[in-house]
Amino acid sequence: MLTFITSPASFLIIPTLFIIAGLGSLFFRKNDHLANLWISTTAMLASLWGLIFSLSFILFGQELVFSLAPTSFPLLSLSFHIDLLAGFFVFIISLISIFCSLYGLGYLTHFYKKYNIAVFGFFFNFFLGSLFLVVTASNAIFFLIAWEIMSVASYFMVVYDRHDKSNIKAGLLYLIMTYVGTAFIILAFLLLYKYTNSFEFAEIKNQLALVPNYIKDLVFAFALIGFGTKAGIIPLHIWLPDAHPAAPTQVSAIMSGVMIKSGIYMMIRLFMDILQPIPLWWGVTILVIGIISSLLGVLYALTEHDIKRLLAYHSIENIGIILLGLGSALIFYTLNLPELALLGLIASLFHTANHAIFKSLLFLSAGSVINAMHTRNMEEYGGLIKYMPQTALFFLIGSMAISALPPFNGFFSEWLIFQTLFQGIMELNSAWHLIFIVAVGSLALTGGLALACFVKAFGAIFLARPRSAEVLHAKESPLSMRLAMGGLALMAIIFGLFSGTVIIILEKIGTSLSAFSNVTSLLTVSASQKITIMPDFGTVSAPVIFITLGALVLIILFLVKSVIYKKQTVKIGRTWDCGNDLNPRMEITATGFARSIVVIFKSILKPSLQQKIEYHDADSRFLQKSHTITMQMGDVYYTFFYNPLYKIVNALSLRVRTIQNGNINAYISYIFGALIVALFSVL
Amino acid sequence: MNLLIFIIQLSLVTAISPLCTGIIKKIKAHLQNRHGASVFQPYYDIWKLLHKDEVISRDASFIFRLAPFIIFAVTVFVGFSIPLFTSFSNIFQASNILVIIYTLAIGTFFLALAGMDSGSPMGGFGSSREMTVSALAEGGFIFSLLTVALINHSTDLFTIASANLFDFSQSLLPIILAFSGFLIVLLAETARFPFDNPATHLELTMIHESMILEYSGKRLALMEWATSNKLVIFIALGANLFFPLGLASEATLVAILIGLLAFVIKIIIFSVAIASLESSLAKFRFFRLPDLLLSSLIINAVAIALIF
Amino acid sequence: MFSLFLKIFKTPDNVVFLSNNEINQKAVLTTLKELESKIKKLFHGSLAIRQIDSGSDNATEQELVALSNSFYDVERFGIHFVASPRHADMLLITGPMTRNMIKAVKRAYEATPSPKVVVTVGDDAENGGIWQGSYAVSDGVSNILPVHYHIPGDPPSPTVILSSLLKILQIVESKTLKS
Repeated sequence: MLTFITSPASFLIIPTLFIIAGLGSLFFRKNDHLANLWISTTAMLASLWGLIFSLSFILFGQELVFSLAPTSFPLLSLSFHIDLLAGFFVFIISLISIFCSLYGLGYLTHFYKKYNIAVFGFFFNFFLGSLFLVVTASNAIFFLIAWEIMSVASYFMVVYDRHDKSNIKAGLLYLIMTYVGTAFIILAFLLLYKYTNSFEFAEIKNQLALVPNYIKDLVFAFALIGFGTKAGIIPLHIWLPDAHPAAPTQVSAIMSGVMIKSGIYMMIRLFMDILQPIPLWWGVTILVIGIISSLLGVLYALTEHDIKRLLAYHSIENIGIILLGLGSALIFYTLNLPELALLGLIASLFHTANHAIFKSLLFLSAGSVINAMHTRNMEEYGGLIKYMPQTALFFLIGSMAISALPPFNGFFSEWLIFQTLFQGIMELNSAWHLIFIVAVGSLALTGGLALACFVKAFGAIFLARPRSAEVLHAKESPLSMRLAMGGLALMAIIFGLFSGTVIIILEKIGTSLSAFSNVTSLLTVSASQKITIMPDFGTVSAPVIFITLGALVLIILFLVKSVIYKKQTVKIGRTWDCGNDLNPRMEITATGFARSIVVIFKSILKPSLQQKIEYHDADSRFLQKSHTITMQMGDVYYTFFYNPLYKIVNALSLRVRTIQNGNINAYISYIFGALIVALFSVL
Repeated sequence: MNLLIFIIQLSLVTAISPLCTGIIKKIKAHLQNRHGASVFQPYYDIWKLLHKDEVISRDASFIFRLAPFIIFAVTVFVGFSIPLFTSFSNIFQASNILVIIYTLAIGTFFLALAGMDSGSPMGGFGSSREMTVSALAEGGFIFSLLTVALINHSTDLFTIASANLFDFSQSLLPIILAFSGFLIVLLAETARFPFDNPATHLELTMIHESMILEYSGKRLALMEWATSNKLVIFIALGANLFFPLGLASEATLVAILIGLLAFVIKIIIFSVAIASLESSLAKFRFFRLPDLLLSSLIINAVAIALIF
Repeated sequence: MFSLFLKIFKTPDNVVFLSNNEINQKAVLTTLKELESKIKKLFHGSLAIRQIDSGSDNATEQELVALSNSFYDVERFGIHFVASPRHADMLLITGPMTRNMIKAVKRAYEATPSPKVVVTVGDDAENGGIWQGSYAVSDGVSNILPVHYHIPGDPPSPTVILSSLLKILQIVESKTLKS
């Protein structure tokens, strides 16, 4: 049984099931409810099988290298290479898609009668299926085909809610950016093909000596831009805050939790595995990109009051943190410190898994709130904790996980990344440890600012009094949505409590890479889940923290409530308002909460404030009729990066356009000229 | 003997923190040429508050009701995980730098949420300011503790506290720099001058107090106690990590007594320093505080760079 | 500068520095010692006071502020002034209860947790004082709230406030002994 589950056939069941699910949903074009049921159950089944496969594979399986029947195209072969790293990513994808598909059961009811659910199901299932193919493909062209399916399917889901014009714009921007990225990826693979004569990853790795160093640097640059666009590093992130909010919520969750990690997976695969040995500046570049992305991501998140855009910017921040771990791993490996490199790799893989879990949890809770309130603007929420208490609890768990508060899972992965950076400061000599000091500073600042941002988000959405009348009509979400959120919250707690076990598994995954084949890890995990970094540099123990804190809270509750003074009463009264009636305008708003931080960082964020005043009498200008204040953040990327690029491309295209002048004599002369050139080149 | 150390370590911070607050208030009063309340006055305050009824706003949710217990539990937990009077620990192994910092952040998280929960405008602003100060102070906090961790090659607090005097004098300059950075973070996190005035009545100048304006009765007692606990925790961290003198290294009665005496002396020195600072400075304008916190970050970064 | 810090150890025991000897220094000192012991007994050693100004001419407020200076120094008895009615045990209300402040004073009373004591300070808080009968006042706080005790004077000097507080606490003690 076990051998069947970890065999290639078992893996191929997964994409097959998704293809059947996708094509099958088209049969339910006429019946929305049946289509919803079909989509969710088949996606859940396929993801469940993926979970079973990946878990057994990671724990017991051997590396799988196989290919399907040879195709008629000469360079394309449907070859798969599933090693433990790919299996880990298959695990993450399956885990998140189970819960997101379950969520879809309740969520898609809002799209009945408005849009075609069957079409959504088609794209959704193909999207999920292609994700599995992306992380397991071993041929560059096959990989690109799967990548394209993933991008196109997600584009159609981004523009699914097409009555809203901003979603269409967001989809177009997403499409353009993802194709620019894909173009760079194709260039990188073409360069590798030119020197190694093959598109197979295994062969490229073996023949790497044939590639000169400057070509490797070019491949690095192109791959970084290409996969970085998908991952959302700054400054290639401009599509993320528009596209993730536009999509339906479970798609946002999968895009943010899983799809951007496919970029990270390919970066690990290329830089850590295929293109080794690498020069030092590659790792330093990735570390610097991680520093910039994490800091800027959280600063932009603080300025947002659209809840999904806020979560999208936090994805950028967490990708920055993952790149901090990956960059330090690459630097350590080049400087001949493979144990530390393994530590860095384990840290970034752990954070990848954790981020997938808590980001999906946050997106699903946000979607539940948006469903009830029909708006994404945080300023119109308030007091929802009384109407949607379970959603509030799940959002609270997600916020505590993403702010790296013990005992949830985010804390342990950030602890590992911190320890990697600390080791870097200690072990490296003076030129390089300065950059690690900057990295620690940025990670510390990021953690603090993320905490502030989630206090703002949770407080503005759920606490205090309602800020708009719509809140009073809010109802708790249906059971399927709550089950999905609850499952992810449970995952967050489990990954935190059993972080020791997860680290043991990640060690096994890390040492399976050829770069680390003989490396002993610095981490030891005791039987009681206590994690130690040798030699006694630091220890942390998840169950201790969890149990001690929980026990303390319960003991204090018991002591204070039951023992000290039992005759007290608690009266429910009015908020102390100094005698004024409190109206919703008197509460703190999300914008007001973050305004202090925005003003402190105003040289980076460039906030602007414009006032427009209308007077009753334009001549005397004494009594105001209306006073409008517009607060905006300056957009640095469009102004300095994309607009100039656009202008150059536009200008060049206008020049080139003169060739196509409509004059048939000119066209004939072009043919004549091309003929002459071809004849001369043959001679 | 081990049992005695266990019991004292569990309860020392919680038992002694109102006394520390009382000492600071007493010194401030004497500097103002008056007698002031007795040093045990905070104990009477907490006792009285535990016996009063409560009034809770109808806009408040379970976060408001649960937050004081969580915050107090967090400070008790951190209180017995840090080196107080011994340089070894026979309690649970939760004394890593990052565990301490982020566990204290749980307290800040719930405090800020509780401030926003009742919907009072003053509470919301207090939360906003507190999160701004705390977000910027966390960098300086991690860095200053990191300096001593790197000097001692371990991020475990008890290993740092058991450093001997020779290592200490070797890296004097980084330690002094990191200590001055740590002092700024201490004042920021415990809501002292120049960040916050703990005795003010003007809501426009409050950071910490405005978040607890809505609390009454036993919950208020726990919040006040948690604030005093946090003060003693930071004093203990500052004293025992940067100047690890007088800590007991074996479990004999003499060593324990010397350790306790050293701890009390350190608290008194810090209290005098804080009280004199409060009597000679004015509270800074809010937008001058980020400059102070970012300079703490930079001082600490320089300290780390100087170690190697 | 150093002598400033030496003052921590040498604060003198000055209480009231009056040129005329009408008030007996010793009597004042005994009153204050009794006050301290009463507060220790009845309020567990700490009395939190919130003062509410219901539209007064600030004369009484200045006397109340004078209570915290280094001459009278109420802090040493365990009395301290708090900012929020939720933290208070005793409400000290001054001023002739102007109509515009009725809602605020009522809300402050409701926001104070029990057991609470309401004390009015000054003659205008009792019956409107010199503004009695005006359209803008409602002639005394007792029309709005259940007032337990009253400190007379226009405005009462700090010594009078302290001795009245002592009398109040004696009444409270005898009431608790009776019930």
